[in-house]
Amino acid sequence: MAVLRPFDKLPMLNSAVLLLVGSDEEIQQKLAEAILQEKRNFNISIHLATSLPLPSERDHLRPRIDMVVFMIDIKSKYSLKNVETSLAHVDASFFLGKVCFLVTGVGRVNACSIETNAICKLADTYCSPLLFCELELEGIRAATAQRLLRMLKICAGHIPGVSALSFVLLMRSSNDD
Amino acid sequence: MDETVAEYIRRTVLKIPRDEIKMMLQKWGFLSEAQLQTLNFHQIKDNISQDVVQLCEENSAGIKQAAALDITYNHIYQNKRMWSVYRMKKSGEEVEYFDIADFKKKFKQILQSALKNVTITFKEYEDNAIWIRVAWGTPYKKPNQYKPSYVVYHSQTPYVFISASVLKSNLPLLCQALIVASNYHDIREMELRSHSLNSLKDIVFKRYSQNFDTYTPKPLQRENVEPENADIMIIHENRSEKERIHRLNQEFFGTGPQPKLEFAQYRLETMFRSDPKMNVLDKKEPFRCLVKFSSPHLLESLKSLAPAGVADAPLSPLLTCIPHKARNFFKIREKKCLLSESFVSP
Repeated sequence: MAVLRPFDKLPMLNSAVLLLVGSDEEIQQKLAEAILQEKRNFNISIHLATSLPLPSERDHLRPRIDMVVFMIDIKSKYSLKNVETSLAHVDASFFLGKVCFLVTGVGRVNACSIETNAICKLADTYCSPLLFCELELEGIRAATAQRLLRMLKICAGHIPGVSALSFVLLMRSSNDD
Repeated sequence: MDETVAEYIRRTVLKIPRDEIKMMLQKWGFLSEAQLQTLNFHQIKDNISQDVVQLCEENSAGIKQAAALDITYNHIYQNKRMWSVYRMKKSGEEVEYFDIADFKKKFKQILQSALKNVTITFKEYEDNAIWIRVAWGTPYKKPNQYKPSYVVYHSQTPYVFISASVLKSNLPLLCQALIVASNYHDIREMELRSHSLNSLKDIVFKRYSQNFDTYTPKPLQRENVEPENADIMIIHENRSEKERIHRLNQEFFGTGPQPKLEFAQYRLETMFRSDPKMNVLDKKEPFRCLVKFSSPHLLESLKSLAPAGVADAPLSPLLTCIPHKARNFFKIREKKCLLSESFVSP
């Protein structure tokens, strides 16, 4: 199927699935490994993709995706274009808290080629949280992995009383003041 | 020994890194092994060069020998100079026997009759390359040894590699001498320039690994019966896309190392196309623009763009055609037809 839908498959017991979408595969791999190193009490599976739609041959093997993280490299206009075209292949109901934008490469200030305004506008349009990080530094990579892991836990429904939608609304109201 | 020659030899020796001086002097072959043994290569370079000049004084070195040392230095450090490629054309189809002595005689004749004061030095190397060093003077001034031009000619080919000195006015005379001496009737500069002489040779002699149109059948799509291994926690969704990019890269760039170029320059003489309502230069006059790609190793970096996720594969043909069109300077003009797309001038 061409469009990614959040609730079209049954969830698996005690597990969560994360999908990372971004054009730089090396940095995706590093982030995925950092996430796997974090302590957790559930099974996790991380899918890495360069763009959407995902290849349809693997559809029947793929589990339900709990959270999608779009990775944008602030040094590459190509990665922003890639994410923008991929967004069209995500069902609207995903954006109720199950999508996050991750901007990488912010440590290299003199190599920025994307305006932060443009990305903030993108995140606002899609009502999703926006995180900035520099994945080439191990400490920040570990911190980002922890944040994403906690968000994934909420999106997969492992935290009773907190849903993905309520969490994202919490994050928004702290941004908008 | 002439003072200017002594100074020139001294300065040339100073250019050489200290660890390589002994090897360079041996390759030069002017000082005997016994003389080289007397030199102390562990002192500061200033002193080494003074000692070398002293020994050359004993052997009565002249400008010829000093020029030979310069050729040796530039042959080893050829990548410090910027080389341009020239192509010569024959008028008929006769395959003449190349006589090196005749070539040298004619070459010298032309330059010396025009300028009187030139220093011309020849050296042949194993790979059939003839290196020519020319120091330019005028009928009234002695040649300037510090700004020589270098020519590398492979006699079995119509290609000449020239590293001109700053004095560009002597270039036409140099070209004239080359065609007369080698029995060609025309010489033209190719749009190909680089620091790496070997890479230029690789490109024009077609010695790099090219993409031949061999049929590589796509691997059969295996049934996706992958064992559901619970240990595989990182799954790459776009493996077939990665393989496609790899295949395309191999098609365009071949599998071997690429020739080393430092830049590709595109001069645009196309019209600026904008919304006509904006009234900004739309199709009124050419938008003069120069696009230059620079890199320590341009072709390798182009090859790694798509795998690194920085560009789409396949790359624009304007970039991938660089080795087999043997050029890195391009002029892009408007295509004169209804579709008005740009095309590359031949």
